[in-house]
Amino acid sequence: MTTFLGMPTVAPQGVGSLHAEQPFPVAARTALGNTQLRHNIGFATQTIRAKRAAVVGELPDWEQLRLAGEAIKTDVMARLPELLVQLEERVTAAGGTVHWARDANEANAIVAALVEATGAHEVVKIKSMATQEIGLNEALAEHGITAHETDLAELIVQLGGDRPSHILVPAIHRNRAEIREIFLRAMPGVRPDLPDDPPQLAEAARSYLRQKFLSAKVAISGANFAIAETGTVAVVESEGNGRMCLTLPEVLITVMGIEKLLPTFKDLEVFLQLLPRSSTGERMNPYTSMWTGVTEGDGPREFHLVLLDNGRTSVLADEAGRSALHCIRCSACLNVCPVYERVGGHAYGSVYPGPIGAVLTPQLTGVKENPSLPYASTLCGACFDACPVRIDIPSMLVHLRAEAVRAKGMTVERTVFAAAAWTMRSPVRFAMAERLSRLGRLLGRRRDRISRLPWPLSGWTAARDLPRPPRRSLRDWWRNR
Amino acid sequence: MRVALFATCLVDALFPDVGRSMVALLERLGHEVVLPREQTCCGQMHINTGYPDQALPLIRRHVQTFEPYDVVVAPSASCVGSARHQHENVARALGDAGLADRAHALAARTYELSEFLVDVLGVTDVGASYPHRVTMHPTCHSLRMLRVGDRPLRLLRAVRGIDLVELPRADSCCGFGGTFALKNSDVSTAMLSDKLRDVLSTGAEVVTAGDASCLMHIDGGLTRLRTGARSVHLAEILASTDAP
Repeated sequence: MTTFLGMPTVAPQGVGSLHAEQPFPVAARTALGNTQLRHNIGFATQTIRAKRAAVVGELPDWEQLRLAGEAIKTDVMARLPELLVQLEERVTAAGGTVHWARDANEANAIVAALVEATGAHEVVKIKSMATQEIGLNEALAEHGITAHETDLAELIVQLGGDRPSHILVPAIHRNRAEIREIFLRAMPGVRPDLPDDPPQLAEAARSYLRQKFLSAKVAISGANFAIAETGTVAVVESEGNGRMCLTLPEVLITVMGIEKLLPTFKDLEVFLQLLPRSSTGERMNPYTSMWTGVTEGDGPREFHLVLLDNGRTSVLADEAGRSALHCIRCSACLNVCPVYERVGGHAYGSVYPGPIGAVLTPQLTGVKENPSLPYASTLCGACFDACPVRIDIPSMLVHLRAEAVRAKGMTVERTVFAAAAWTMRSPVRFAMAERLSRLGRLLGRRRDRISRLPWPLSGWTAARDLPRPPRRSLRDWWRNR
Repeated sequence: MRVALFATCLVDALFPDVGRSMVALLERLGHEVVLPREQTCCGQMHINTGYPDQALPLIRRHVQTFEPYDVVVAPSASCVGSARHQHENVARALGDAGLADRAHALAARTYELSEFLVDVLGVTDVGASYPHRVTMHPTCHSLRMLRVGDRPLRLLRAVRGIDLVELPRADSCCGFGGTFALKNSDVSTAMLSDKLRDVLSTGAEVVTAGDASCLMHIDGGLTRLRTGARSVHLAEILASTDAP
């Protein structure tokens, strides 16, 4: 449903980290065999689940907060154009500059040009999902600009030449021995006798990063929230690297998805309660930084806000799918997902993994580019219960499955399902099919269980038995009672 | 009360004993049970795999079959969930507002077994006797879609002779997920593996649940690995009058 102008856009191919290289079942199969990964992720998600449950359970009004969060985000999406314009006016009036990026390529070009204009060849970065989504670091490298991640986990991932596997704790697939090995190999100036003791690993990273903070002219960040009413941008973080990057450099560039708006400053009261409790399982995170444009004599002299579309207006246009834009990237859904817990983030092939990733990634790229992701779920519903803004992920997955089917056209599966539906449309045909299935009683006589069936049912019998069809169906028994 | 039994296609075709138990139980409680012969399938499998258009005639058949009855009861939280939450939305999205309204009306008198016993009939002691060590898996649809809470446990606790043990990590999904079990069979098996570990850790001889689909998956693992434990549907336990 795009116009001849190419709007609304989808996230383009060949750039960024939204297009999976392998279908989910294939990538998942590999990940399941990685026992280190499963142990790390299982332990981490279990720990964060418990922490989250405790801080959520102590609030008597958690459900009201969720409903408020949902309502505020629904309002934002309903008025997105006017709020974005208001944001631009407020940021500009406060001395900042707003840039509009249709897609990843435009955003990368804008940021590269801004950095080049300063003459800097190095930038420091605060962890930002949006910049990973668009592949900013790679694009800057092509312009001879090195982007140094300063979030400890992102630093580990970057030095390890790796990809993040979790929205909040990107290096969760690594253990301390691996991190030590990565630092020894790739961190300039690291002490050669570095042990794998976590406080000393962190100290090594601090020393390394301190040099970067004090020398960097340009910082690039994302944003958790931007307030349309005041033009204020907010970053919520745990380590303090954000505070360093937001205050020390001369030029600050923020890349932000257009959905990250809130209408008024007062709305932060709801979200600053929802986000820390849902993400790290804390009552409040250690550092929350808010800035409005530029301030004479304090902090960056130049502030640029790059508003990123990259498929978001396409999501907005889908009535059944638009609430995926409410996501505040807390990762609570990842931590409760039984599928994510066993395969980790890499299996989803996108910077957004887990339940929200299974929805948002295909929505941003178009379902045709990621048709297996909506099926990476048992629809257990744990994500919906954990989501601080009540995104109905299971319903959206079912909706996207229908889109994936439509995108695929005629397939063997469609024919098989059509045959099943035809059979079940008629009680006579259904009863006949039941009678036919009794032939299956020829199998499985040894243990009264069927243990081997041909493809595609072999997927089941590879690991599980099936019951033998009964001698009489329920309706046959009823008829004869 | 006259109760229409929404058997579900899976019970009708593969687990008729569950249906027979529903009939025996409800009749023992003094009610008349009818098995409308025009029923086939609620269409959940088609809806959840991305074929809502193919499910529409199944929804129509379901509504036609059951709307003459005052009360409809099924031994499946997932099928009741589909009838209550999906039928109306799919019909409306595909442009059949009349069917959507009829589905909505029928949903209000469609119940999963434990809901029906506890909320409508007001009973938790159904006169059952089942002298075995049993652990219960709550199933995701009953937990999170229908929110039956502890109704099944309250019913089981009243069963004479039962040795009921709590299942660790009970609210973790078993990994069935409908066609997920085939499309993502490796992950499904990994999830089953953990569910089996939890079931076996209780020392229970029997694992029970209110959904034959999840039980088929769990039982498939229990027998494949010759574990010595088996699955029995909630309806079968509640209908049972096994001597101690």
